[in-house]
Amino acid sequence: MHNHTIAELITGLRNKVFSSTELTQHFLARIKTLDSDFNSLISVTEAQALKAAAVADQQLAAGDAPTLCGIPIVHKDIFCTQGVRTSCGSKMLDNFVPPYNATVIENFQNSGAVMLGKSNMDEFAMGSSNETSFYGPVKNPWSTDCVPGGSSGGSAAAVAARLTPGATATDTGGSIRQPAALCGVTGLKPTYGRVSRWGMIAFASSLDQGGPMARTAEDCALLLNCMASYDHKDSTCIDRPIPNYAANLGDSLQGLRIGIPKEYFSEGLNAGTQKAVQTSLSEYEKMGAKLVEISLPNTGLSVPAYYVIAPAEASANLSRFDGVKYGYRCDNPQDLQDLYCRTRAEGFGDEVQRRILIGTYCLSAGYYDAYYGKAQQVRQLIRQDFEQAFEQVDLIMSPTCPSPAFKFDAKGNDPVAMYLEDIYTISTNLAGLPGMSVPCGMVDGKPVGLQIIGNYFDEARMLNAAYQFQQATDWHQLTPEGV
Amino acid sequence: MKWETVIGLEVHVQLATKTKIFSAASTAFGAEPNTQACSIDLAMPGTLPVVNEQAIDYAVMFGLAIDAEIGMTSVFERKNYFYPDLPKGYQTTQLEKPIVGAGVVQIHLDNGDSKSIRIHHAHLEEDAGKSLHEGNFRPGVSGIDLNRAGTPLIEIVSEPDMRNAQEAVAFAKKLHSIVTSLGICDGEMSQGSMRFDVNISVRPEGITELGTRTETKNLNSFKFMEEAIYLEVERQIDLLEDGGEVIQETRLYNGETRKARSMRSKEEANDYRYFPCPDLLPVVLSDEHVAQLRANLPELPDARQARFMEQYQLSQYDADILSTDTSMANYFEQATAKSGNPKLTANWVAGELSARLNAENISLEQSPVSAEQLAGLIVRIADNSISGKMAKQVFEGIWDGQGDADQIIESRGLKQVSDSGALEAMVDKVLANNQAMVDDYINTDPDKRKKKLGGFMGQIMKASKGQANPQQVSQILAQKLNEML
Repeated sequence: MHNHTIAELITGLRNKVFSSTELTQHFLARIKTLDSDFNSLISVTEAQALKAAAVADQQLAAGDAPTLCGIPIVHKDIFCTQGVRTSCGSKMLDNFVPPYNATVIENFQNSGAVMLGKSNMDEFAMGSSNETSFYGPVKNPWSTDCVPGGSSGGSAAAVAARLTPGATATDTGGSIRQPAALCGVTGLKPTYGRVSRWGMIAFASSLDQGGPMARTAEDCALLLNCMASYDHKDSTCIDRPIPNYAANLGDSLQGLRIGIPKEYFSEGLNAGTQKAVQTSLSEYEKMGAKLVEISLPNTGLSVPAYYVIAPAEASANLSRFDGVKYGYRCDNPQDLQDLYCRTRAEGFGDEVQRRILIGTYCLSAGYYDAYYGKAQQVRQLIRQDFEQAFEQVDLIMSPTCPSPAFKFDAKGNDPVAMYLEDIYTISTNLAGLPGMSVPCGMVDGKPVGLQIIGNYFDEARMLNAAYQFQQATDWHQLTPEGV
Repeated sequence: MKWETVIGLEVHVQLATKTKIFSAASTAFGAEPNTQACSIDLAMPGTLPVVNEQAIDYAVMFGLAIDAEIGMTSVFERKNYFYPDLPKGYQTTQLEKPIVGAGVVQIHLDNGDSKSIRIHHAHLEEDAGKSLHEGNFRPGVSGIDLNRAGTPLIEIVSEPDMRNAQEAVAFAKKLHSIVTSLGICDGEMSQGSMRFDVNISVRPEGITELGTRTETKNLNSFKFMEEAIYLEVERQIDLLEDGGEVIQETRLYNGETRKARSMRSKEEANDYRYFPCPDLLPVVLSDEHVAQLRANLPELPDARQARFMEQYQLSQYDADILSTDTSMANYFEQATAKSGNPKLTANWVAGELSARLNAENISLEQSPVSAEQLAGLIVRIADNSISGKMAKQVFEGIWDGQGDADQIIESRGLKQVSDSGALEAMVDKVLANNQAMVDDYINTDPDKRKKKLGGFMGQIMKASKGQANPQQVSQILAQKLNEML
């Protein structure tokens, strides 16, 4: 059952090939036997899952069940789940049980999906290797001495290891696409404002966006249908009709104009990755698409701009974790200052502290204009680069990240090397554009991802392009050894 | 040396919205601690703010009332600092692009002068919670009450245009009058609905350069504000005259001990690291919406004062007193509508009633004498049913809950005797019983006879137990005596 796609499971449930309870038990059993190798989940919600599956089975029997009814799913531990510990990968929230659901969680509950558990992640979504999690690193199912990418490494690894047919994730600078690429799964970061951020613990509010991960583009479309909603509780959510993302997956690619940004194929790109991506682009040409070389001249400024804006927002977003109201509190605080200092020094890991310090510095009196002000100007330029590009092309394609999965500790001591992991993904967050990663090859036995960037709210076109690619190739069907 | 005082005010006004500025929790005052704080107010992870449109409208209404530039695009920013009653670790406020720009407020001083006080800007922000320290909470433990956290405020920042405590108080009262007239604030000072930060500096007279200022924070009554200003001005002048210098600092005034102390100096001030709040979009107003708010603005204090002078023929002084306080203005108009006598009603509202309320330290809303009851009393004064002296007794009766004016006049038998037959009989009787006085009157030089009338009046009023209508008695008496000449 675990090798089926979500689309196939939906049919299987309706044809009574298996029940949701059987499906849920099957995945729970796999988690129990296999996840000790990968550490992809922080919490497993077995009792709740079985209860939800039983309800789903009744609904399915009654014949009026929503599309995802009875489908098991894993949620990134950044989405607040009522009554279920939501840690955000941090010691700070190790004891935090939210009294409310994120809107994304609510949407899945309303559709009858069955939550198996909460996935591991970099602490507060800050990282590209999943090594910053308080709950230990996640291992890449393709090579357990390698990182799964981050910050949504747990979700990507769980899908890759067939511990769940699909998962939710979030992407602030590449946190869906990069782990999807490194773990050989399909992941989509929607347009900023498409998916509600209510109940999604904030890293950098103007960049964070939730999205799906699954084996195929079709499954991502089905999950996005459920995740996307206009939510009056999120002021940055955009009220705009939501198409059925699975409806146009058969559309022809004849005449599709694909932009190839030259800046994304430069120094630092792994030769094998480059070859895999170029082979994939040829595949698109065969399907009738036209490749157009484009330039995104300000690409080089995206990483520095991102590492000002994201930490600046994070430094304020994480101020609420002060030991006063909930979460971790240091033992025996001597006074208020001591409570704050020790709570935050003991509750946050190194990378989180580093980013809080960077952000605090960038916003300080006398530095604001030089850092935050400048970074916002760069952000505007990057947005304009894309706007101009989308006047000539329908989609943009590139590698998702510069190289396949790297070994643990390979970049742990070099923050800048780690930050460059996101060099191809960060620009879309700065611009608010949708982006996805699709498996497109293998290098040294490890997956490579093709990034597809679309215009604002053009997710349906991206998903169709990815779907067509997956009809023509089988990279997405490869399974890591031993799972 | 002669010194000039320079004062600027920052005024926090709690807006009278039902719910908070960024959440649906109630803003009602006085609930049990932390019963009116939802997940957003508690800054639970993943929660997000949604701006209360009523608060936006109220801020715009204030801007329109002071003829200010309206910020058609205003931006919420985060002001970062750690404090236990600030759950998010930042206050959501406005800095670069406030919703209300420069405007002006006219103040009227007791000596009859008027003065313009410029407003630098006014911005929207959220209130913090309250820390309950030892004594207010539990020994050895500080508590946090987040009921107030997220209550919408406008902070009104004046230019340093005031030159003494009287002007500052007049300005503060005028703002109170404007926001209560607009209905955007309940004006309850004792509940913290309006709080004042006063920036004070002094300089030698004739010098234009400003002296170093201090800020006395969080004054919540006009009286405390006045006291704090006197104290601080005196302190600064003493310092300077002794060859010292004023240090830029934040000070706190304690209204009970009547003492102020330094809270923190400039060096200890926070770097608030303001930046635009990414969880909120800029607030964009349409011309139509602002025009609609302008069209629906309620009457403002200055317009009301002019109308009172015109419509009720009140003096400027009376009109000023009665129009400044919104509840007093409403009370006066209600009472006048029933009494039909604006001048007498004005005298009673601004005089006896206000004095009594002040003495008992109760607000007009809680007055035991309703506008209808006061009007009932005024009608009886005007139609000569009772004398002014008796009216005060009747007023006391109403205050004590003994009923309406007519009931009290009736039950106490205070009704003035105006029946001319009865009065004539009374006069005849007194004249008959005091033949010596009558003879004396007749024998007095005609020019000086008038002085003798008082004696008769006293006798007659005494005989009537004070109930005789004195004007009528005086007429009848003069007539009868003349007939005897």
